[in-house]
Amino acid sequence: MIILSIDSATPVAGVAVIDQNTILAESFLNTGNTHSEQLLPLIDRTLREVKLSLNDLDAIAVSIGPGSFTGLRIGLATAKGLAQVSGLKLVAVPTLDALAQNLADLDGYICPILNARKGEVYTALYETEEGEIKRISEYQAVKPQVLCEKIRGLDNKVTFLGDGVFEYRDLISSLLGRQAHWPSVNNLLPRPSSLALLGLKKLQRGKTEDIYTLLPFYLRKSEAEIKWEAKTCRNL
Amino acid sequence: MNDMTIMAVETSCDETAVSIVQNGSKILAEVVASQISTHQKFGGVVPEVASRKHLELINVCVAEALQQARLTFDDISHFAVTYGPGLVGALLVGVATTKAMAFAARKPLIGVHHIEGHIYANFLLNKNIEFPVVCLIVSGGHTTLVKISEHCSYQFLGQTRDDAAGEAFDKVARAIGLGYPGGPKIEEAAKTGDPFAINFPRSWLEEGSYDFSFSGLKSAVLNYLNQKEMKKEEVNINDVAASFQEAVVEVLTEKTVMAAAANNVKTVLLAGGVAANSALREALNKRCDQLGMKLIYPPVKYCTDNAAMIGAAAYYRALQGQFSGLDLNAVPNLKFGE
Ligand SMILES: [Zn+2]
Repeated sequence: MIILSIDSATPVAGVAVIDQNTILAESFLNTGNTHSEQLLPLIDRTLREVKLSLNDLDAIAVSIGPGSFTGLRIGLATAKGLAQVSGLKLVAVPTLDALAQNLADLDGYICPILNARKGEVYTALYETEEGEIKRISEYQAVKPQVLCEKIRGLDNKVTFLGDGVFEYRDLISSLLGRQAHWPSVNNLLPRPSSLALLGLKKLQRGKTEDIYTLLPFYLRKSEAEIKWEAKTCRNL
Repeated sequence: MNDMTIMAVETSCDETAVSIVQNGSKILAEVVASQISTHQKFGGVVPEVASRKHLELINVCVAEALQQARLTFDDISHFAVTYGPGLVGALLVGVATTKAMAFAARKPLIGVHHIEGHIYANFLLNKNIEFPVVCLIVSGGHTTLVKISEHCSYQFLGQTRDDAAGEAFDKVARAIGLGYPGGPKIEEAAKTGDPFAINFPRSWLEEGSYDFSFSGLKSAVLNYLNQKEMKKEEVNINDVAASFQEAVVEVLTEKTVMAAAANNVKTVLLAGGVAANSALREALNKRCDQLGMKLIYPPVKYCTDNAAMIGAAAYYRALQGQFSGLDLNAVPNLKFGE
């Protein structure tokens, strides 16, 4: 089965093509937030390089969040537009799962952290079992201090990755000391091949999405909704 | 030549619109999903909410448009999309979706300027408009006079130096408590008001200038309301609306026919959201009649934002071989002229 993966949830624009467990091509651009310009040309180039067209694929895997609201929409709009015309199946992979997959053969806990602004990170905790990741917490947006509080009670080392590492590495190190571990730079950010591998698993389990109902996993409401609900609650 | 069957997408503000237009004038499908009820509770369009809504609605609108036209993607020869100006997050959903569709269908893509779309709403229903024409574009963001001598080529004659006409309508509507959207509310109130009750100033600027300025007029209305309040005198809202509208319409009308006469142009086009205003249509009609000019404007439905106008503009761009690449981006403050 051949999968095209598309990720623009974070500052990275990523596209990969895999055939079963063989990675045929992987394109990764981390040059700032210009996904609107870069993503589709990247898909075009990557498919050309492996001499495949959309017709040759079995499914598209897309990173559905949490992440940058705008980035998620560009990725999803692109994936849904491609799927609507080509009739290809669509599978959705949570961004944090795909990130944890980078370290699926690691010992101990894995904690992807994505910059969520407002002093928070999008995160979830994972453990691994024979090269497979297993999520053991809710997806959440929390302050890194709160996250470290919870992690301190765990019995094993925790490896952090994701773009949140750039901002919070020093803070986390100071709070967790030697319990905190850091991967090498090549595994730090979302890899489209990791996304594709999880997408393949979903496809094999028949977990495909309907393009008319699939939405980004924003995790957070919009500011306007939060304020409106706060106001409405006060008025009650 | 083969028929050009264009699927056009417009998501610049709070309406998700998809249309299929053949050869620039035959509308095969029109689907509009309005978000007005969603935004009402927030008291205006919230960009993040609008962007989320567009992504929820766009694929359904595309499917409905194909169904309405009884076509499949194979029958679509070109894809067109508004790439600016507008709300960036809203535009991005339309741009990303349309680019992906064009790529998957291996068909050419045409990025359309929203304002050019408004102009081409005229050609949507009247393909045989003879050039040259002078077109007055009046909307919430634009008050612009252009001379058009051939398709997709504009000679800018004048534009607003401060507020756009539509903006002035909105601000005055708010000041006299009529609310949003200002244009239709003022037009309604003006119907039972006296347009000569209050002599608001007309800003003509320097001799021979086709530029506009509405901030002075707006201030005059606000001053008038303040003075009335200080004197504890009652204000006739309908008279204020009618007198304000009259002042705007008079300047728009006179500058437009002056520009047309000075350029030896016999045909005048009206475009943009404010082109739906019946007082403006009537006044321009009357003046054009007197001067032996022909006035053309789209039906109200095509004055407000729609995707069919984007499909019409795209047709003429495509005829000239002007296509966009897969790197087409949304440009929220895309300029028209200036
Ligand atoms: Zn408009």
